[in-house]
Amino acid sequence: MAHGPAKGLTRWLYTTNHKDIGTMYLWFSFAMFLLGGVFALIVRAELFEPGLQIVEPEFFNQMTTMHGLIMVFGAVMPAFVGLANWMIPMMVGAPDMALPRMNNWSFWILPFAFAMMVSTLFMEGGGPNFGWTFYAPLSTTYAPPSVTYFIFAVHILGISSIMGAINIIATILNMRAPGMTLMKMPLFVWTWLITAYLLIAVMPVLAGVVTMMLMDIHFGTSFFDAAGGGDPVLFQHIFWFFGHPEVYIMILPAFGIVSAIIPTFARKPLFGYSSMVYATASIAFLSFIVWAHHMFTVGLPLAGELFFMYATMLIAVPTGVKVFNWVTTMFRGSMTFETPMLYSIAFVILFTIGGFSGLMLAIAPADFQYHDTYFVVAHFHYVLVPGAIFSIVAAVYYWLPKWCGNMYNETMGKVQFWMAFIGLNVTFFPMHFVGLAGMQRRVPDYNQFFADFNMISTMGAFLFGAAQLMFLYNVIATIRGGKKATAEVWENPEGLEWTVASPAPYHTFTTPPPIK
Amino acid sequence: MLISLNRLIVWLLAPALLLLGNTAAFALEEAVQRSTWNMPVGVTAISQDVYGLHMTMFWWCVGIGVVVFGVLFYSMIVHRKSNGAKASNFHDSLGLEITWTVLPFVILIIMAVPATSSLVKLYDTSEADVDIVVTGYQWYWGYEYLDEDVKIISRMSTPQEQIRNEAPKGPNYLMEVDEPLVIPINKKVRFLVTSNDVIHAWWVPALAVKRDAIPGYINESWANIDTPGIYRGVCAELCGAQHGFMPIVVKAVEQEEYVAYLAERKELAAKIKELANKTFTLDELMVQGEQVYGQACVACHGANGEGGVGAAIAGSAIANGDIAAHIDIIVNGSKNNALMGAYRDTMSEVDIASVITFQRNSFGNKTGDVVQPIDILKYKQDN
Repeated sequence: MAHGPAKGLTRWLYTTNHKDIGTMYLWFSFAMFLLGGVFALIVRAELFEPGLQIVEPEFFNQMTTMHGLIMVFGAVMPAFVGLANWMIPMMVGAPDMALPRMNNWSFWILPFAFAMMVSTLFMEGGGPNFGWTFYAPLSTTYAPPSVTYFIFAVHILGISSIMGAINIIATILNMRAPGMTLMKMPLFVWTWLITAYLLIAVMPVLAGVVTMMLMDIHFGTSFFDAAGGGDPVLFQHIFWFFGHPEVYIMILPAFGIVSAIIPTFARKPLFGYSSMVYATASIAFLSFIVWAHHMFTVGLPLAGELFFMYATMLIAVPTGVKVFNWVTTMFRGSMTFETPMLYSIAFVILFTIGGFSGLMLAIAPADFQYHDTYFVVAHFHYVLVPGAIFSIVAAVYYWLPKWCGNMYNETMGKVQFWMAFIGLNVTFFPMHFVGLAGMQRRVPDYNQFFADFNMISTMGAFLFGAAQLMFLYNVIATIRGGKKATAEVWENPEGLEWTVASPAPYHTFTTPPPIK
Repeated sequence: MLISLNRLIVWLLAPALLLLGNTAAFALEEAVQRSTWNMPVGVTAISQDVYGLHMTMFWWCVGIGVVVFGVLFYSMIVHRKSNGAKASNFHDSLGLEITWTVLPFVILIIMAVPATSSLVKLYDTSEADVDIVVTGYQWYWGYEYLDEDVKIISRMSTPQEQIRNEAPKGPNYLMEVDEPLVIPINKKVRFLVTSNDVIHAWWVPALAVKRDAIPGYINESWANIDTPGIYRGVCAELCGAQHGFMPIVVKAVEQEEYVAYLAERKELAAKIKELANKTFTLDELMVQGEQVYGQACVACHGANGEGGVGAAIAGSAIANGDIAAHIDIIVNGSKNNALMGAYRDTMSEVDIASVITFQRNSFGNKTGDVVQPIDILKYKQDN
């Protein structure tokens, strides 16, 4: 006999249920998304016009840094883990995650990590002000005292990520229903499996580099201090050996989501399933051998520049394969444009534009002009916002009826999409121009030469922010009521999650489902 | 933290005001160019090469985009359910997969060829006519002409009033310095880029030169400028609070003018050396000190010595206490706070003496102390 959730706060504190934990991850990440968004809006408000208007340069740097850290580690990564928690057991026909108690722990240490990180803003000397890439020695010898709290926060969220990844791998490899072979798994499961391996490979590297910082700051070592025989460039090599796979950690699950949504609304099976799997694996492999393209100006030898330039360009091949497959999936389908589909198509278009600027950035001689300018800011926001954020929002619209049993308001969803879509492009497209014109990143003030496009960017940013509040409202309204969703929700969607009732029962697949 | 909540609200409302057509507030700004769309072509063979690469890549992307998005939009318009489109069921084609793996690969090779040859040229730093050591400091640049024994320090010259919106902004707002780097045209000039503290990056877009300035490293780059002119750049690597306020100005001149410039600098350096032995009056030191303070100290310590990123000078123990400690913190930097760097090599004795005198007799500090350049010289020799 299935039993329901416990009552009260302890349900959430003690829960080992993958759906509860998934829900908590998603709400937590949305809260972080709003916080990181507020930081971004402070940055954009300051950049509305030349001159210092709202914040001091020192605080401005804390805002850009915290925006990056919160969005990467607080918003995008936990949101994907939340989706994995909710969907992977249901997609592979498992009753729960393989390691439910660890699941609880890997969520519950996150709020503490971020409380610690955000608390640094109120400490003497302020919070992290050295950019989310925290290059030494700016983040060691020259850092505010609160950097130690930052280091411990990174350790905790690293532990959380590693545990989450172990859990996901264990679930996928051990808990699949009989007959669910690897090559029958939905792509979201595949992309997450590969992502989880990336996490296990690189989070310890991040932990290593922050530990070396800790040693430099408190225990007299000189890993990154040239005066003591250390090497500031070593920091960048280690950081980006983590940092580049990290970029794919934030995008591979998005590929999986879009690969689930597009076939549903094109009413046609995903084109090139196996090539999608191989392309994902190729991207994951390549992500380990391209890190120094973030460092084209540090003075690498010519051979190094060439190697990293060629390797980086190669990424365009598997990424292109994915885009072509999605487009071909839609080709000669029977398409409708519900909100998740709108978000997914926007994903394909805008992510491809981000890919184009990525290809331009890969060209090392040209990168000497692009590097550390707003062109780079435009590039990575074009891959991350439509890439990670749009896919997460698409996933929420797509699966929300399954989670809570109610249909969301489609009209509001569409309005919300168009606001976000216009806001995003108005914000980030002009950044290409100011970057090419010569505006460097991470500055609170600029010459009038860059004034018009910055003003436009700021207006777009506030529109984008407003769209997120509307999203929040739509989600809450859907949870509280609305048209009842059927078990299938959409027209003949593929996947085991659509075979259970809506809302999904607290326990699903206590006996393995039959796999065709 | 917040300059004022009212201003924040005004700025948050500004987009709405702008949309309502209320542009009067913004029209007040002087008629300077407020936007541009593309990268500068630049004034060196390399920068023109890079511009060409950039545009080639751009057009490749446009071409690929037209094809991919063309198919996508075609399907979205034609293959929609509301048009009565029936879904096909095809989902695999090895031929297609191979085509769109191989074709992009070939295009990438076509792209990589010119990129490689440009990069090789860009990396050829051999046989330079002029060598200049570029040193990044928090937050200004130092230039040293090797073999010429000329050193200059180059600081942003935009006054704080413009940054704080208390005075109209000049056309070169944040992109102007007190001492530009003067180099000859039609000569291969090699830049040896390093740093004294954190990582900076020396970037002049018109030369397509961007090199990280890293403590313990000397990175090489070069430029051979074909047109005389003034070329402006910025620090491109986050280097702390004043990262946005350490511009670069390169003045490319004819060879004769360059030679004359070097001679003039040498003369000036000799004069400054001589001045170190001169005795100044309090008034002279105060005038000079105020000027030095406005360039070197004001960003961190505030226009009224009230502090900010740096400690307050008004009423501080150092500015009102032992003179030797005051000299020490400026000559050798702070032992507790790396942000307060050493000015031993980047400021003349006269400037150090005058700024110390100024600090000890301003902002409510009334020590009446007069510090002479010779005191600084002696202190440097002993410490």
